[in-house]
Amino acid sequence: MSDIPTSPSWRTRWDAAALRRGLTIPLLLALAYVAVVDFGLVRHPLLVPLGRIVLVPFVDPDGRYLWGAIAISLARVVAGVLIGGTLGIGLGLALGLSRAATAAVAPSIHTVRQIALFAWIPLLTAWFGNGEAAKIVFVSLSAFFPTFLNTEQGLRGVPQSYREVARVLRLPLRRRLTRLMLPGALPSILIGMEIALISAWIGTVGAEYAIGSGRGLGSFLSAAREQFRMEIVLIGVLALAAIGYGVNTAAKTVLRGFVKGGDRS
Amino acid sequence: MTRLSQQSAADAALSLRGVGKTYEVNGVPLPVLRHVSLDLARGEFLAIVGASGCGKSTLLRLIVGLDARFEGEILVDGQRVADPGMDRGIVFQDHRLFPWLTVGENIGLGLDAIDLPSAEKARRIAAQIALVGLDGFASAYPHQLSGGMAQRAAIARALVAEPNILLLDEPFGALDSLTRLYLQEELLRIWSDRRVTIVIVTHDVEEALFLADTVVVMEPRPGRISSIARVALSRPRDRGSPEFAALKQRILEDLRR
Repeated sequence: MSDIPTSPSWRTRWDAAALRRGLTIPLLLALAYVAVVDFGLVRHPLLVPLGRIVLVPFVDPDGRYLWGAIAISLARVVAGVLIGGTLGIGLGLALGLSRAATAAVAPSIHTVRQIALFAWIPLLTAWFGNGEAAKIVFVSLSAFFPTFLNTEQGLRGVPQSYREVARVLRLPLRRRLTRLMLPGALPSILIGMEIALISAWIGTVGAEYAIGSGRGLGSFLSAAREQFRMEIVLIGVLALAAIGYGVNTAAKTVLRGFVKGGDRS
Repeated sequence: MTRLSQQSAADAALSLRGVGKTYEVNGVPLPVLRHVSLDLARGEFLAIVGASGCGKSTLLRLIVGLDARFEGEILVDGQRVADPGMDRGIVFQDHRLFPWLTVGENIGLGLDAIDLPSAEKARRIAAQIALVGLDGFASAYPHQLSGGMAQRAAIARALVAEPNILLLDEPFGALDSLTRLYLQEELLRIWSDRRVTIVIVTHDVEEALFLADTVVVMEPRPGRISSIARVALSRPRDRGSPEFAALKQRILEDLRR
């Protein structure tokens, strides 16, 4: 039996230590950057003092738009995860539960899956134009594959020994689903959703950067680069990293809450 | 208890007629069971012992209905077996409780196929939990149980639908020896409480002799019955008695042949 101590105090202490360790390298890098750039050891148009970079979203008229761009990008992530995740889980369930569905659909899906995500962009823009539709379809696609694959695999991974129990007890179909297949696949489905969120975030920024004009963090970065506003590019990249990290952490925290019964082994 | 092998098989709780099973390994037929015939009286306690590979677990899988492709006939209360049914319950070596369900919910799975008012189901589950001595653990999760307790819960799950036949596939094989002795006594108590027909597969001759009315010795390649011994000792049996030792000696010799 694994009795991992999970008392709040223990957890907080661990988190604090992890936070300290995690922040060490970024802080050292920031200090080095400040020492080299802010104090003027090296001067170059590409190197903007850190002091100016962090103030850009508050004082600069162009930089202030960062907040709106973040909101728009996050809205696309949510839309894409909802659409792609629903389709992915739905198709994953169909294929994981039905041999007939697998035989009919799996070869096509697994062939299409071989196409690198960003290679879809030319096709999607041709079909849906350079506007919002192509972006949402692209983000949905980037959330679809991880949820689909993990749902399907989760169902396949339900141990044969448990399936035999269900057969011996003659569990009716509905109970077989709710008591065996879905809870058995749940950890894998949740991992799929976790990956889908990250994948959708990357997909969103990529789509905004690559597909036409518009709003959002990717377009914000693209515009800043074209105007050679290095301080805006740099704060945009920092925002990308911070939000990606935040999305990941939030997904883990929320989704872990779903897993009942502690130790799943 | 009298063996009914001379009486008509329709009266038997369980009857095997020339049961055989052949697996195909890379296109080569591999017989694992050949001509296994047995009759069990209602309420009889039968143990099957044999070296690993003698097909004794395969035999249980056929009886419980997990594999319908075999030769010969298996009759439960005179009916041919083709599928799993509520007239048979099985306990595997690993408890196979679903880790995401509580003990009570796991036991309740045994009643999902039966149309009963939920109050009656709850009553039966509670009665099973009491029968196997797990009072107070209904809302515990399997990982919170010891191996012995988990196996008790598995027994309760197999019995909750009140089957006529309980099949046990090396149920105590993975437990420590003290828990094992204790659960053997518990199994006898449950058996005499419920008067269920039991078939237990084990590789432990002493366990077979302590529990069963009849001990069937199987030999491997292909799996078949090599001898059948009646255990006429009265219960509770004394593992240290000369009669027990003599029977054990005889069966061990059968196994070594």
